[in-house]
Amino acid sequence: MQHTAEIEEEATLTDIASILTTFEKGRGSLIPILQMIQEKHKYLSALALQMVAKHLKMSACEVYGVATFYNQFRFYPPGKHQIKVCLGTACHVRGGDIILENFERKLEINVGETTPDREFSIDRVACVGCCALAPVSIIDDTVYGHMAPSKVEGLILGFEIEKEREKREKKKSESE
Amino acid sequence: MVKLIVDNKEIETEDEVTVLQACLDNKIYIPNLCYLKEMDNPPGSCRLCFVEIKGYNQPITSCTVKVKEGMEVRTNTEHVRRLQRTAFEFLLSVHHVDCKNCPANKKCELQRIAKFLHFGLKLKKLEQLEREEGVEQDHPFMEYVSNRCVLCGKCVFVCQKKNGKAMLSFAKRGLDTVISFFGEEDKAKTTCKECYACVEICPVAALIRK
Repeated sequence: MQHTAEIEEEATLTDIASILTTFEKGRGSLIPILQMIQEKHKYLSALALQMVAKHLKMSACEVYGVATFYNQFRFYPPGKHQIKVCLGTACHVRGGDIILENFERKLEINVGETTPDREFSIDRVACVGCCALAPVSIIDDTVYGHMAPSKVEGLILGFEIEKEREKREKKKSESE
Repeated sequence: MVKLIVDNKEIETEDEVTVLQACLDNKIYIPNLCYLKEMDNPPGSCRLCFVEIKGYNQPITSCTVKVKEGMEVRTNTEHVRRLQRTAFEFLLSVHHVDCKNCPANKKCELQRIAKFLHFGLKLKKLEQLEREEGVEQDHPFMEYVSNRCVLCGKCVFVCQKKNGKAMLSFAKRGLDTVISFFGEEDKAKTTCKECYACVEICPVAALIRK
């Protein structure tokens, strides 16, 4: 598993390196470059940031400073299941931040991060357009309305059971 | 040379210096955290060095104004002090006050300013907003204690000045803002051991030697 991730990362970096050459070498190119990388590869890895710094002849920490300032950039690859917790006005009033905290605690990651096994990532969103269901969370493409802290564990457990079952079925089909 | 009047006292100073520098050179203390003499464009971000200058309709940061012949400056008016106390309280409200166990105790710039403004180190109007204690260990020779940091930016400035490219920088935003050493480990291994300019300039011991 670790191996494929490494190969993937390497491919990503060579791809970035080839596109970097099309950008001008001024500080002004920094944000367009970061946006390009994020669009193509969904996140900015530490190595990618180093590469950008080298290309623009800036220090890596400065690139990192700019990238972390903006909410649009993420620094972890999205998980297999993307959890989006709504913190729009209605959801906030109904305790959306508590829901977020529950997800964070349950998965032991912070908002914007991905679990080490790349199964789950948590993001915050600002209104998904169904405020009557507040507080709302979206996992993959399913909307879960009227969220409660007690539901968080159940949802995660559901995904874990699903994963177990898939694994078992795969094993079964292999042995057959 | 330029002559100006500060708190009804005439002082003499070189051309092209800031009002703050002129006052400090003449032993008139104005609280400040983010200013260094070498800066061409002081950031004026600590909001502590306010003074009143005749001709301006409101107090102004003295680090961003150059001296002019015959300028009349007042550093201790009620209005100025109120601005300074408020700015100082904001800084203090996110600072982990634990002077007894702090390496900067007695030489801390915040203690000096508190004493000068007769403020004490207790908050009056604001609530303490403890930032998460994060000690960054990434650096081979230094530690960064985030909840002591006042984000003055002097470390970034001196590093850039001395080493060409800054090896530390602000990262994140708002209350989460920190100083980060991201991605400079290799360069740090050779350069930082002989430099430590950032540690020396830090007014609150947020950057310390390991």
